[in-house]
Amino acid sequence: MKQAKRHNSRVDVIETLSLSELTMFCDTSADWIIRLVEYGVVAPVATTAPEWEFTPPHIARARKAARLMRDLGLNVAGVALVLDLIEERDALARKLALMETVAFV
Amino acid sequence: MPLSGKDKWDDIVTDTAFYEALGVSKDAPANDIKRAYRKMARKYHPDINPGVDASARFKAAGEAFDVLRDPEKRAAYDRYGADWDQPRPDPQQQGGAAQGGFAFDERDINPDMFRDFFGQRFGGARMRQDQHARVEIALEDAIHGANQTLTLQMPQVDDAGQVAMQTRHVDLRIPKGILPGQQLRLQGQGTGGGDLLIEVAFRPHPIYRIEGRDLYVELPVTPWEAALGDKVRMPTPTGTVDLSVPAGARQGQKLRLRGRGLPAAQKGDIYAVLHIVNPPELSAKARALYEQLAKEQPFNPRAKLGV
Repeated sequence: MKQAKRHNSRVDVIETLSLSELTMFCDTSADWIIRLVEYGVVAPVATTAPEWEFTPPHIARARKAARLMRDLGLNVAGVALVLDLIEERDALARKLALMETVAFV
Repeated sequence: MPLSGKDKWDDIVTDTAFYEALGVSKDAPANDIKRAYRKMARKYHPDINPGVDASARFKAAGEAFDVLRDPEKRAAYDRYGADWDQPRPDPQQQGGAAQGGFAFDERDINPDMFRDFFGQRFGGARMRQDQHARVEIALEDAIHGANQTLTLQMPQVDDAGQVAMQTRHVDLRIPKGILPGQQLRLQGQGTGGGDLLIEVAFRPHPIYRIEGRDLYVELPVTPWEAALGDKVRMPTPTGTVDLSVPAGARQGQKLRLRGRGLPAAQKGDIYAVLHIVNPPELSAKARALYEQLAKEQPFNPRAKLGV
């Protein structure tokens, strides 16, 4: 295994991605992204597909969806449900953590 | 490797780490192994289970399944244990996965598993590949900006055109105002001139809870601060401020300080979530004052409960 040199390069923050950029970003097909939109997993800014722009929270969500579908063999409906439940669980965990802080202050 | 000794003890090699990683017995049928792997994948998938331990278990289960799902590899593992994939003179064993665990040949990889951890699937025809990674930063790094060096494993094309996994150190400038879930693009730092894309996540902070661009802080107040209202000291990532607690403040009430959250283009806010806390001990005088209050302030907080 080679130890490579340190690289210093320009860093830019991705502000938005178009449909085709998000397709590449998730290593998937445009149809699959459109299905994610139809199921409300991600929501673009603008109403027609050619002008769609996806903001960072949606980019992260699409990629998470891609990983979950691939690793667990889920379909779009399944991944939509899983992501919703994960969000609910995280919100409950935060509430619980808060209540526990209160109890032990 | 002491091959002669190994041969001698062949029959009692009892390396069971892969079986343990999946929680199955050594004689488990293929179906049980598949079922156990799927169960582990659901339970410990890093996107579902955020613990560090979970991600290690997920990876271990994937590596184990990659071997045990394949009857030939499983037989080699049962025979040779951890060294199952070493080249051996035995002609029976020729032609298996020859070197190391991560030959980047699609046939050898459980395609379900390795991409996000070791970069994208690598097709020989397509040299240019974007690579994805994730970095956890401290809240302070997002407030002030920071420099970090990432150590990444990724497939690289060498001078001879061969693809091999390499350890790379990438210096990364975390820009001030970055938000959780944002992606940084390092042009040309992927494989074969592709980009390196880094998802930014925040480590949990002992004081602040981070939600998007906003911060939440649990702020303890005394019963009299909550009852009478007062200016109280409150921490923010950029320094202590005075917060006005209104008279009659409620437990769990949220008070917002605009623009004191993450310094993104559109600045976030910070919320104080009030917690009314009693002193651990009451002095005799404080006790007397409370008793006086109890007499002079008629109030039944349980009226709605019908008692």
